[in-house]
Amino acid sequence: MAHAETHAAEAHGHADHAPQSFIWKYVFSKDHKVIGIQYYVTAMFMALIAGLLAMTIRLQLAWPEKTFPSLNFLTKGYTDGVMNPEFYAMLFTMHGTIMVFFVLSTAPVSGFGNMLIPLQVGARDMAFPFLNGLSFWTFLPGCIVILSSFFVGAGAAAGGWTSYPPLSALRSAVPGSEMGQTLWIIGMVFFIASFTMGGLNFVTTILNMRTKGLSMMRMPMTLWAMFLVAVLGLLSFPALTAASLMLLFDRHFGTSFFIPSGLVLSGQVVNHQGGSPLLWQHLFWFLGHPEVYILMLPALGFTSDIMVAFCRKPIFGYKAMVGAMLAISGLSFVVWGHHMFVSGMSPYLGMAFAVGTMLIAVPSAVKTFNWLATLWRSRIIFKTPMLWAMGVVSLFISGGLSGIWLGQTALDIHFHDTYFVVAHFHLIMAGAALFGVFGATAFWFPKMFGRMMNDTLGKIHFWFTFLAYYCTFFPMHYIGLAGHMRRIYDPYQYEFLKNLQPINQFITISAFILGASQILFFINYFWSAFRGEKATDNPWNAAGLEWTTPSPPGHGNWPGEIPEVHRWPFDYSVPGAEKDFVLQTDPAPIGDKAGSH
Amino acid sequence: MATPALDDPGLPPGRGSLPALAVVGHGGGGGRDSQVRFDPTRFGLWAFLGTISMLFIGFTSAYMLRRASADWAPIAAPPILWLNTTLLALSSVALEAARQRLRAWKVTAARGFFGLAGALGAGFVIGQFGAWRTLRAQGVFLATNPHSSFFYMLTGVHVLHLAGGLVWFLAIAARLRRLTPGDDALGLFATYWHFLGFVWAYLLFVLFVL
Repeated sequence: MAHAETHAAEAHGHADHAPQSFIWKYVFSKDHKVIGIQYYVTAMFMALIAGLLAMTIRLQLAWPEKTFPSLNFLTKGYTDGVMNPEFYAMLFTMHGTIMVFFVLSTAPVSGFGNMLIPLQVGARDMAFPFLNGLSFWTFLPGCIVILSSFFVGAGAAAGGWTSYPPLSALRSAVPGSEMGQTLWIIGMVFFIASFTMGGLNFVTTILNMRTKGLSMMRMPMTLWAMFLVAVLGLLSFPALTAASLMLLFDRHFGTSFFIPSGLVLSGQVVNHQGGSPLLWQHLFWFLGHPEVYILMLPALGFTSDIMVAFCRKPIFGYKAMVGAMLAISGLSFVVWGHHMFVSGMSPYLGMAFAVGTMLIAVPSAVKTFNWLATLWRSRIIFKTPMLWAMGVVSLFISGGLSGIWLGQTALDIHFHDTYFVVAHFHLIMAGAALFGVFGATAFWFPKMFGRMMNDTLGKIHFWFTFLAYYCTFFPMHYIGLAGHMRRIYDPYQYEFLKNLQPINQFITISAFILGASQILFFINYFWSAFRGEKATDNPWNAAGLEWTTPSPPGHGNWPGEIPEVHRWPFDYSVPGAEKDFVLQTDPAPIGDKAGSH
Repeated sequence: MATPALDDPGLPPGRGSLPALAVVGHGGGGGRDSQVRFDPTRFGLWAFLGTISMLFIGFTSAYMLRRASADWAPIAAPPILWLNTTLLALSSVALEAARQRLRAWKVTAARGFFGLAGALGAGFVIGQFGAWRTLRAQGVFLATNPHSSFFYMLTGVHVLHLAGGLVWFLAIAARLRRLTPGDDALGLFATYWHFLGFVWAYLLFVLFVL
């Protein structure tokens, strides 16, 4: 208890002495809310860049024969209005890298995690505020390094976001294998260091700093997601750290961890021997698979927490929802081999990985069933956050189904490295994560800026994005089945892909609409942050602990004592209650049985 | 999975039903009523040690896989490693002696042992440089063969962690006069330091015994 008292005293001191100068308050801040917004805005900027890269990819795939002299300003990328093939490889590599790590791991986890964890656990700040600030200021150099790689030497990394050797391990393999790949590794090291610091803060804060009465099984689903994401990150990222270090040694110090014997490059046998490119794949995907759940789990958490507030119903099957998340997280560590079915692994091993992958369908189905059961017979309030939450459910189903196909070894031999895979992960991983972030933004915006986002503009943005998203990514299943390769500069050099060009053009136009619709979001976000309607403390009449703070919460989050929690955050439409929701801090002996003692 | 899915939404669960997590969550006599359940710094440190462990497990799995290839040629352990190992072990012992003296309010003796622990740790780091020199003199370089690559890389990563520990050591040394027996700074540092000692023993085992 001594610790508790000291800490409480410290917390009060902390709250009383909020930094005053602009630099310490908004730049080198240790306040979790400011850090959360810093992460979020940086991720949005990175999303803008990575989105533009995607648009350029799409332009090439739809009209490879056309010239675009206006794009000559991308000097390395275009010659006389025609894209260089090397530049195309850089585009998809950097689009994937930036989106996976610097956008979709960053905005939901580092952005909303920092923003929401202390508000939802009932703490003045994260457990280690200094480490938290340091984590952002480690992340930012990572972004700069990654972006700068386009302008250094022969250009950015071009070995795919998975950076498979030998392309990534031999500096003379392709133009992007030079400085670009080295900067990719350095950027990733910054990112991993930052994410590790964040993860330590997340697990420590969630396990140790919950307010009085907030047991684990009273936590909102967002907190569960953040906790599991942090555990996944702490346990899986070190594998990529190890692999990156070995890759760096192979590239610069002549070792042969990943480079096999007898490799011939430009007519010369390379001076390495005995390494195994598959070793990289194992280490990469040991991180890579948990990583895609790091993107997705927060979206699943947001969806549950948003959904109850707009259904005015308790969450259906809370324990099963928590169990499903735990199961998904646990299984994510034993299925990495399904990314390597065509690598020549033993069919028996492949079968084990396939079975593990199929098993993920079970908790995923539990989650879907419970969301549908939460929606069932409720009077849904169709506000912007709710639309996004339902969008997540839709994408989770349509993207999840193709996952069951891809998880089977026999089918994967055909699908591997085709657009079918691109369709699958853009729907489930990228799409669900992105929609989750949009939903969370609209829902928790009052806690970020004390204002509401414009609901009409939000809805227009949703419908454009939702329809354009499906129009962009759904046809990719079809061209994938038809044999369209995943990473190809000019598909129409093959006779059998020529008839797919109209579909590629349709996809590209949809992608442009999708990209352009995001302008609506940027306008809404920045306009609302400064000019939006002022929000009350609890504008959605939601039951969670975070809604007992002022909008926006001040330094230290609660002006007085930290409130005590008496129930879970899902008490909506409780019989006998005064209003149709009961705040987590309400001691009334209704609803949550645990509240009565 | 059917039973939990049919959970009655009207009967929300209350208490924690995850025993492992609940144990962590109960600090002191306050149980779940306490606001801070377990010293966050100590918990955070253990989580950090967990992630470092995963790093070395990652390296180990790579080592096992790479060792199976035809060009594997084992190198002999430089004898200075045994001296280094002794220094690191003694450093941990001295650190424990310092903690014990501090608990008994023997502040001067505590300072002495603490300084000794740091000196022995620094001795280990210098000794590791000696080991690398010995190998270089024998013509065994980073890229000579996969075993030497792993040796240089793993010892290097370990020394980097120790160097970080020495920075931490200096930070504590700077405020050593103000340390009181109730202060956990020494205890936290000792946890990290002993952990690195175990990692070193593990690396020796993987590199030269296994």
